[in-house]
Amino acid sequence: MSDTITQQPPKHARRVKAEKPASLWSDAWYDLRRNKVFLIGSVLALILILMAAFPSIFSHINAYDPATCDLKTARRGITGEHWFGTDNLGCDTYSRVIYGARVSILVGIITTVITTVVGGGMGLVAGFFGRWSDVLLSRVAEIFFAIPPILGALLILSVIGRDNAGIGTVVMALGVLYWPLLLRIMRAAVISAKNQDFVVAARALGASSGRIMIRHILPNAVAPVIVTATLNLGAFIAAEAGLSFLGVGVQSPTISWGLMISDARPWFLAQPEPLLFPALFLSITVLAFVMLGDAVRDALDPKLR
Amino acid sequence: MTNPSVDTHLLPADRSAEPLLAVDNLHVEFKTRQGLVRAVNGVSYSLSAGETLAVLGESGSGKSVTAQAIMGILDMPPARIPKGEVRFHGTDMLRLSEEARTQIRGQRIAMIFQDALSALNPVFTVGWQIAEMFRVHKGMSKKQGYAKAVELMERVRIPAAKQRVHDYPHQFSGGMRQRIMIAMSIALDPEVLIADEPTTALDVTVQAQIMELLAELQRESNMGLILITHDLGVVADVADKIAVMYGGRIVEHALVHDVYASPAHPYSKGLLESIPRVDLKGQDLYAIKGLPPNLLDMPTGCAFHPRCPYRRDNCVTDVPPLYEISGTRSSACHYFREVLDGTSG
Repeated sequence: MSDTITQQPPKHARRVKAEKPASLWSDAWYDLRRNKVFLIGSVLALILILMAAFPSIFSHINAYDPATCDLKTARRGITGEHWFGTDNLGCDTYSRVIYGARVSILVGIITTVITTVVGGGMGLVAGFFGRWSDVLLSRVAEIFFAIPPILGALLILSVIGRDNAGIGTVVMALGVLYWPLLLRIMRAAVISAKNQDFVVAARALGASSGRIMIRHILPNAVAPVIVTATLNLGAFIAAEAGLSFLGVGVQSPTISWGLMISDARPWFLAQPEPLLFPALFLSITVLAFVMLGDAVRDALDPKLR
Repeated sequence: MTNPSVDTHLLPADRSAEPLLAVDNLHVEFKTRQGLVRAVNGVSYSLSAGETLAVLGESGSGKSVTAQAIMGILDMPPARIPKGEVRFHGTDMLRLSEEARTQIRGQRIAMIFQDALSALNPVFTVGWQIAEMFRVHKGMSKKQGYAKAVELMERVRIPAAKQRVHDYPHQFSGGMRQRIMIAMSIALDPEVLIADEPTTALDVTVQAQIMELLAELQRESNMGLILITHDLGVVADVADKIAVMYGGRIVEHALVHDVYASPAHPYSKGLLESIPRVDLKGQDLYAIKGLPPNLLDMPTGCAFHPRCPYRRDNCVTDVPPLYEISGTRSSACHYFREVLDGTSG
């Protein structure tokens, strides 16, 4: 029986499509490339990231230039010149929506990176070393975990961010509240990887603690963290818009979809475009990252296969 | 002991009288919620270069725990070593620092495990994992490491090693995986190899191949081999000495042919009689009555007494010492003479 398996042509097995691909990662990548949800999500995400990095590609009007706002053309509907209409101050809604992507994407990505590195790192330490480091880190995480996120962010921003509200303070508030989630996930994954035989075997063959942690445990524990991080990205973007809408997030003249929605609210019935378009882009952005997260989760979780 | 903290070089010349590896009166206990589990109670054995010691016993007899204590891979806590020494070239390894032990592990004493699939890291290719041994311990480059990996895979007779070096563990069959594990363990030419049930997860023909491979590698490099198993059939051809363990103690220690010819402990006798034999086909297979002892609640006196056909009153009260029968042979049974006679007569 075992011989038949041995005899299988091993040459370039990973490149032959009909055969079972190797390793978790190439397996996942194989799945992802064939997943429509992933493809749509990643195309949308790429467009949005491009929009955030180079808004001038998409709009010839620099929305940060106050001279482009013309009160004479305020509150116009959709026209050939102003595709999404103009807002209360006569600024072009289309270019503002395009330029607003930057804040959302930046907050989403930076917060995700920070929470993943900080929470994941602490989770790795807590799970790997256990004992007092685990007790200490887990208890601290639980304290932060107990704070309701929106309330906590409101509190942090209204205290610290009163004078210098901006991307930095929003990132900090969200980071402070969300790192414990990543700690928990990483810790659990590390503990389950730590007790596997190959970790004992690596030790028996002379691997040092650091090497075991980085080479043997981390690659086997990182999958759930990546999934959570991707799903979180969408949640952070939505949270930024929410906080900006409430007036404690980024402030004018920074352009943010949350701020635009907030600004357009009083005139919504008379002229809905300045509210609807940023809301639509916000929804698409969150959707794109949730789709990515879902696809990555499906690809990395062998049990769902 | 001479200053063990600095003695990491372990020069063999200093202590020519010492065997390569000696386990002396080793005790291991585990703290559990149910109480203290004494998994190993005063085990002693020794191993010389080129020698094969088979440690035999059923699950829970302490054979694997002893090996893990030698390797220093027990999780402490819950494990604890209250007494005993593990001397490698005369130096008690239990007193060495963790760094010094990491230096010994893999390079001078290596270990292979029962289930090679779970003992290999699933996210790296086998070549990467074998090459890692050379990169970490010998400072070789990636390319040199891979070349060495192919060389080793050929040495453990993996067909088409050059192509397979980039495959992942799950793409190999059970026997091939165990060969990979063996390749990793012998990568740095260790002086002692501990094989913890290396063939248990494999089918019979592959078992024989793996044992043959181990014996061959041992002959080539003159390393000492500790073979932990519960399969007497595996032992006969390759082992020089046998240590039979029961309830965390060695109950019989002898040269392998002596045990097969006439066991000196009722437990070893029971094990031998429970091997299926062609000439007794159709008859009921002999089984040792009763169950292995509960380590939380060990029987008084001789741990084997509840299952022993030779039991007398004093077996229930007196713990039998390891009686020396001859220079190479000892048995922890008050009535070893009767046991010996029973088989021969």
